[in-house]
Amino acid sequence: MSNIPSDLKYAKSHEWLKVAADGTALVGITDYAQNSLGDITFVQLPKVGAGLKAGETFGVVESVKAASDVYAPVAGTVLEVNKALDANPEKVNQDSYAEGWMLKLQLANPADVSALLSPEDYGKVIG
Amino acid sequence: MTWTGDTWGTRSDDFIFSCRACCTAVWRIASFRWLRPEMVVHHRTIRRCFLIHKYSYSFLARGRGGTLSSGMSVIKTTPLNAFHRHHGGRMVDFAGWDMPVQYRSILEEHKAVRQRAGLFDVSHMGEADVKGPDALKFLQHLVTNDCRKLFPGRILYTVMCYPTGGVVDDLLVYMRGPDDYFLCINAGNIDKDIAWIQEQAKRFNCTVVDRSPDYAQLAIQGPRALEIVQALTKTTLAAIKYYHFTEGEVAGVPCLISRTGYTGEDGFELYCPTGDGVRLAEAVLAAGVPLGLELTGLGARDSLRLEAGFPLYGHEITERINPLAAGLSWVVKFDKGPFIGSEALQAEKQRGPAKKIVFFKTGDRRIVRAGATVMNGIGEEVGAVVSGTLSPILNEAIGSALVDAAAAQELLLVDIRGVKLNLHLVKPPFVSLQKS
Repeated sequence: MSNIPSDLKYAKSHEWLKVAADGTALVGITDYAQNSLGDITFVQLPKVGAGLKAGETFGVVESVKAASDVYAPVAGTVLEVNKALDANPEKVNQDSYAEGWMLKLQLANPADVSALLSPEDYGKVIG
Repeated sequence: MTWTGDTWGTRSDDFIFSCRACCTAVWRIASFRWLRPEMVVHHRTIRRCFLIHKYSYSFLARGRGGTLSSGMSVIKTTPLNAFHRHHGGRMVDFAGWDMPVQYRSILEEHKAVRQRAGLFDVSHMGEADVKGPDALKFLQHLVTNDCRKLFPGRILYTVMCYPTGGVVDDLLVYMRGPDDYFLCINAGNIDKDIAWIQEQAKRFNCTVVDRSPDYAQLAIQGPRALEIVQALTKTTLAAIKYYHFTEGEVAGVPCLISRTGYTGEDGFELYCPTGDGVRLAEAVLAAGVPLGLELTGLGARDSLRLEAGFPLYGHEITERINPLAAGLSWVVKFDKGPFIGSEALQAEKQRGPAKKIVFFKTGDRRIVRAGATVMNGIGEEVGAVVSGTLSPILNEAIGSALVDAAAAQELLLVDIRGVKLNLHLVKPPFVSLQKS
């Protein structure tokens, strides 16, 4: 069974978003996504300051098996990227919801978050 | 997320993540945004196909290989199919076989083989007997290497070619006795190979019999392989030299014990009766786990063979890539007399091959996958990548490419998602090996 933490919001395309009170959010990929990809060998992330539209590709997650695009669940500006993934991309496999985070976003509009999936609804997406 | 890269390769008999047991279900699922038919879906789809078609899983546990069929197409299973599922194998369709690509992690399984030991099910590989007064004469005609070097208990690596010089397959030739030889061929090529070999044998006084259904085959590979298998047999394994074999019991199962492998490590390949495969695998696992042995899937098998610089049919050798271009001139023995393809290969040798296989590393973690275009310093296309992975030992991308021979001495580049990477040519193996 995939781990789907109850305090996060989700995109159908298998990213998660963790919203903080200050209007920022962390973004990563779900446990289901990392498990489906298998061993992750490389994570390509955007530059700090980049503006992202909702649904826009922000990077590439590469596994032994394939290279996959990752999408911004909501619009925002990149405040920070997880530099630790350069040397240790396997952190996404080991802990996709904490140490394997990818972006810190300044949300363009915090209300956008309500359009994302609840943990229950994401659970239904992955069946 | 969505897939942008390809999976394991580009050929139809490569790792293809599709469910041949039920095409319809896969295509329905594949139409979702990011879900190309990948492994997890594949596994579930198969389960669903079975429910749809009222097939029972129970036959998977019967202890012998078979086929899963929906009436449309067929996927073959080895006798260890239920064993793999029980041990958490992630099953994929490999060349028409339902095989574990990994159990836990391809990278960890790879390292286990380099540092300790791994157990691979290679029962999908094909076997054939070649027997009769003309057996040696026939094999000399069929393959490129010189089978006169063989003696009972000795194994030879070789390729067999078409008259064009292109490769039918690579194979091992075992000499059991005078007029009695045993071949090991690639899983994806069994039907093609057997038909080819039998056709060529018509003019010779010998018989060629497909024995593939009769054997399970397990590979125990890694620096601790000898210790693990020795605990299960009275045969003195240290006395079997590399590329030699003997017959003996392992865990009470009659085996052909072959000191060979496809990882570059020391190790053994055990051929046993199909019905004994699971019993042998369980015994090896029980003896091996305390010594660090892990179950290892086809994913690690592929990265280990590439790190060792061994060719894989469909990649470094194909109907269009002859053994000279592939760097296998050491198995092409013109001095033994004519053989199938010798004229074409002789001519190619005199001309110098137009294209050649090179091995490379990049110093970067981005995987350079099969199909990627190789360019020279001024951006002209000079070839294509045929195999690529991340070396779990070097922590950088490694691979092989077929390039114009003239370009092989120059600067070679690939473009990975807009980033230009230099290919640093390497004479394999990429890592130091105990046995290669």
